[in-house]
Amino acid sequence: MRNRDAAYWLFLTPVLAALILVVIVPLIYGFYYSFTNWNGLGTPDFIGLKNYIDLFTDRGFLDTFWFTIKFSVAAIVVINIIGLSLALIVTSKIKSSNLLRTVFFMPNLIGGLILGFIWQFIFIKVFGAIGDLTGIEAFNGWLSTTETGFWGLIILTSWQMAGYIMIIYIAYLQAVPEELIEAAKIDGANSFQRFRHITFPLVAPAFTVSLFLTLSHSFKIYDQNLSLTNGAPYNSTEMVAMNIVKSAFTENDMAYAQAKAVIFFVIVAAVSLTQVYINKKREVEL
Amino acid sequence: MRKKWKLWLVGFIGFILALLWLAPFYLMIVNAFKMKRDIFADTLGLPKTWTFENFTQAFEQLDFLRTLFNSLLISGVSVVIIIIFSAMAAYALSRNKSKVSSLLFFVFVAAMLIPFQSVMIPLVAQFGQLGMLNKAGLIFMYLGFGSSLSIFLYHGTLKGIPTSLDEAAKIDGANRFQVFWYIIFPLLKPMSITVGILNVIWIWNDYLLPSLVIGGAGSETIPLKLFFFFGQYTKQWHLALAGLTLSIIPVIIAYFFAQRQIIKGIADGAVK
Repeated sequence: MRNRDAAYWLFLTPVLAALILVVIVPLIYGFYYSFTNWNGLGTPDFIGLKNYIDLFTDRGFLDTFWFTIKFSVAAIVVINIIGLSLALIVTSKIKSSNLLRTVFFMPNLIGGLILGFIWQFIFIKVFGAIGDLTGIEAFNGWLSTTETGFWGLIILTSWQMAGYIMIIYIAYLQAVPEELIEAAKIDGANSFQRFRHITFPLVAPAFTVSLFLTLSHSFKIYDQNLSLTNGAPYNSTEMVAMNIVKSAFTENDMAYAQAKAVIFFVIVAAVSLTQVYINKKREVEL
Repeated sequence: MRKKWKLWLVGFIGFILALLWLAPFYLMIVNAFKMKRDIFADTLGLPKTWTFENFTQAFEQLDFLRTLFNSLLISGVSVVIIIIFSAMAAYALSRNKSKVSSLLFFVFVAAMLIPFQSVMIPLVAQFGQLGMLNKAGLIFMYLGFGSSLSIFLYHGTLKGIPTSLDEAAKIDGANRFQVFWYIIFPLLKPMSITVGILNVIWIWNDYLLPSLVIGGAGSETIPLKLFFFFGQYTKQWHLALAGLTLSIIPVIIAYFFAQRQIIKGIADGAVK
């Protein structure tokens, strides 16, 4: 296709039409609506920065935001530690490695909504039963406090996402040349030293990929939040994505919700652009 | 000798972790077979009397066959459309090396940065005005949201397919569309499987978008129906668990038959 002729545009039309109508036009309108008092119907009036100013004094939204940040930081750490450990177990030369990989990855295929419901049962009924059986107080009352709601969400997302992150680490671990490890062994390096000085540096790019993947996943989480805690108790476990959906479709505060959505977009885009920047920089260094 | 012992230890830890990983599924399934009072009396043990009653009731309440059909239809059609149209677009963009192509490719890639929540409100309002809040509208939206990553993945593969193939076919008298359909598209098959798997997992499990687009009774997908069902039976764990078990059976069957491709597809999609 040297020249851009009819065929060129014909090949592009379906996806271009979909992208423009589904993503680009709503994005532009979204920016515009965030400066108005739009309520979903009729002609909106321009009210300048009022929505944004209100946002920064909105206790509920700021709490939601803070909770999402705490959740994301904890999720990144826990998921990556578990994901890397699972990858190390699965890539060691044990016989059951294929079976284990299949098992660890399984939760990732099932939707966050369903997994959240399953864990609601585990936390409320099963933990309660374990608490009664053992007399350990810590097993009782899960999901009824902010604290247990927080850790409940962490456990749920870690169980779901660790297998995914494991797959990424496996891809990098398998690219570590066997000869290097053997050579280090002959030189007398123990298994910790081999991990620290050979495997770790070669797998370092996987950390960037995994850290950003877990960051953007956990920051955007909605389904798991909805089905596990639904924000309870008293909206204290509500995250940003859910807060936006609620103020748009439950409270019908469309323009205000859209201002939140714009802030959300700016943060997610900034995180992703940082990753692109880091990747480019490393490519140059290599 | 020491090495063997170490390997055994790693295997043992892996085995314990695998049991822990499967425990939620095990507890869900075992309790789905219990009578209501047995769940409260003995959550951890095996059922005193195994009952299939919960499943028949959940099957009916979920309108399971129709719901399953809706999910299959929406995921199936969306994924086929995404595969064909994204491959076509990526082909056009990779074979025409102009500024326009680079710009369009950049726009598609940049669109991956946009989270769903930041466009959802105007999207639903506008499609509502057009009278497109239905299955067809939903499938079109999936094309809009799914094409970016798919084009990106296809574009990477197409760079490795020499243009001399296109030229040869053209000399033999094939037009652009024939070149794409008979020569290029078959060569893209491994990537099409990856693209298909990534999109199917996303669309099959998606809750928020369909909940905003298709509200009508009878057209719900599995996550939608399950959400209503769970809200209705929230303190009746025997029914809720049977419903949850039913709804993950199709996924487990698919995973059983295609796990190698699925795991490979996930790895390809994530690392690129």
